[in-house]
Amino acid sequence: MSDSFQAPTPASTSPPVAIAVGSVGLVQTQFHDFDQPLPLMSGQSLPSYTLAVHTYGQLNADRSNAVLICHALNASHHVAGLSAENPDDLGWWDNMVGPGKPVDTDIFFVIGVNNLGSCFGSTGPASINPATNRPWGAAFPVLTVEDWVMAQARLADKLGIERFAAVMGGSLGGMQALSWSIACPDRVANCVVIASTPRLSAQNIAFNEVARRAIITDPEFHGGDYYAHGVVPKRGLAVARMVGHITYLSDSDMAEKFGRTQRSPAADGDYHYGFDVEFEVESYLRYQGEKFSRYFDANTYLIITRALDYFDPGRQTNGDLTLALAMAKANFLLVSFSTDWRFPPPRSREIVKALLNNEASVSYAEIDAPHGHDAFLLTDPRYHSVVRSYFERIAQGLNHD
Amino acid sequence: MTEAIATPVRRDFQRIASWVAPQSRVLDLGCGDGALLSFLQQQRKVKGIGVEIDDQRVIACVQKGVDVVQQNLEDGLALFGDQQFDTVVLSQTLQSMHHTEHILREMVRVGRTGVVSFPNFGYLPHGWSILCGRMPVTKQMPYAWYNTPNIHLCTIKDFEDLCDKLNLHILERATFNPTAEVSWLPNWRATLALYRFSGA
Repeated sequence: MSDSFQAPTPASTSPPVAIAVGSVGLVQTQFHDFDQPLPLMSGQSLPSYTLAVHTYGQLNADRSNAVLICHALNASHHVAGLSAENPDDLGWWDNMVGPGKPVDTDIFFVIGVNNLGSCFGSTGPASINPATNRPWGAAFPVLTVEDWVMAQARLADKLGIERFAAVMGGSLGGMQALSWSIACPDRVANCVVIASTPRLSAQNIAFNEVARRAIITDPEFHGGDYYAHGVVPKRGLAVARMVGHITYLSDSDMAEKFGRTQRSPAADGDYHYGFDVEFEVESYLRYQGEKFSRYFDANTYLIITRALDYFDPGRQTNGDLTLALAMAKANFLLVSFSTDWRFPPPRSREIVKALLNNEASVSYAEIDAPHGHDAFLLTDPRYHSVVRSYFERIAQGLNHD
Repeated sequence: MTEAIATPVRRDFQRIASWVAPQSRVLDLGCGDGALLSFLQQQRKVKGIGVEIDDQRVIACVQKGVDVVQQNLEDGLALFGDQQFDTVVLSQTLQSMHHTEHILREMVRVGRTGVVSFPNFGYLPHGWSILCGRMPVTKQMPYAWYNTPNIHLCTIKDFEDLCDKLNLHILERATFNPTAEVSWLPNWRATLALYRFSGA
């Protein structure tokens, strides 16, 4: 759900696009259209839809080396490499996916898909509703993690992938991976769930609700149909982003990054005694919020935070996660980070315990890292070694099949 | 898959393998780099999982294809349900645990049988070392008194007394010195003791 670090755009502005070693290079977005209505958990259905997709590497002859990467709140299908449409834009998990990287595109055929309801090329609230010829806006159906998995499964059908070598994701992406193992047990050989949770806590939902209220109460929200008014509720969206961003970072990380440093102190280092930006952390959050409000769709933010709230596979089984996961056949790798207070290690351990109860094959790494929830996007040698080793084992299995 | 073959297999591993039923479920507490579980997976086709705290060892387990859960053993075995395993192994780790009795009870809660090995402090050269005024430092226990992780050292007889106290039923015992199995005067002659036990 974090993004925060849409990995820093390469500082070099040299005209020919420099492709870094280990990068998948320039990648063109594919658009896949689906005309069969997609039935949704809400009882509604989406009559037709488009999914924006990236693929990296080559599908092998027996189609056994496909890896699906599921994205979190504000990310997209652009997992790795540079976007052909905007060569300054680096994939959100470029440190994880690429030639020679932990998820090695010399071995695996990696798929990134922008989820329905998002705003990076797949059908979402800003898309044109074929029934009205106007943007969907508030009429766009509420979606769940399970709905996304069904849409992704149709994409897999279309690409001719019967069974994924792995389905992988961090945070909300991890929820999708977990959901895949339950909904399509025969289609997932390995399930990699990073910095995730089997359900949001009341505190998690509370933060989401603050973010949604910021958007919905922005006068420019217009009940979700702001497109027609030629405006966007950017102030609400920026505040939503600021609130979310706080939950991605750890207290110690913020203390180290910003401390109580003043942005531009008055004479003799004094305060300004006002409500403009006083501290660095304020400036940082405002910057993140404003940047986000320029490229992200407010309705998408509502839909995705709601999908987070609703995710709870144990709900179908009276709160029994073991029973909910009983059908899963995948091998599992889970990773959590010690300072992640959004989805802390005990949430991952709940999943591990349920899998152990089912005698599933599971490995679990708890990485002692200082960067809070965002750690899943950052380069940590221990974390990346665990993932790399796990995918090397998967690769060995491919060769023996 | 060839790691265990490349290095000589430890005698205690071979003995543990002889106690573990083929295709049974094994939990290895403090599993290190996964060498024992990897060996048992090859020799006995067990379904194994290890518990380990150290990052590098966790990575080594994943590399070997040994399932592993990263946690501190001192935090207990709450992740594991009652009688989830046929065998629970605690190999050369008991002596460094704070909660000795608790872990032994937990072993027979989550498993039908427990296997424990530990360095025998009753080994005669240890006594000789103490008579000479020094804490023993050996290949089995290569630490100085001030940096040893071994906070709960015991002898063969001490361990058997504790099993009595905890109502643990000793099923088998094997004792070794650095080069061979020891059957005569093991309390003085063995450097390593290995037990298999069940709950009462």
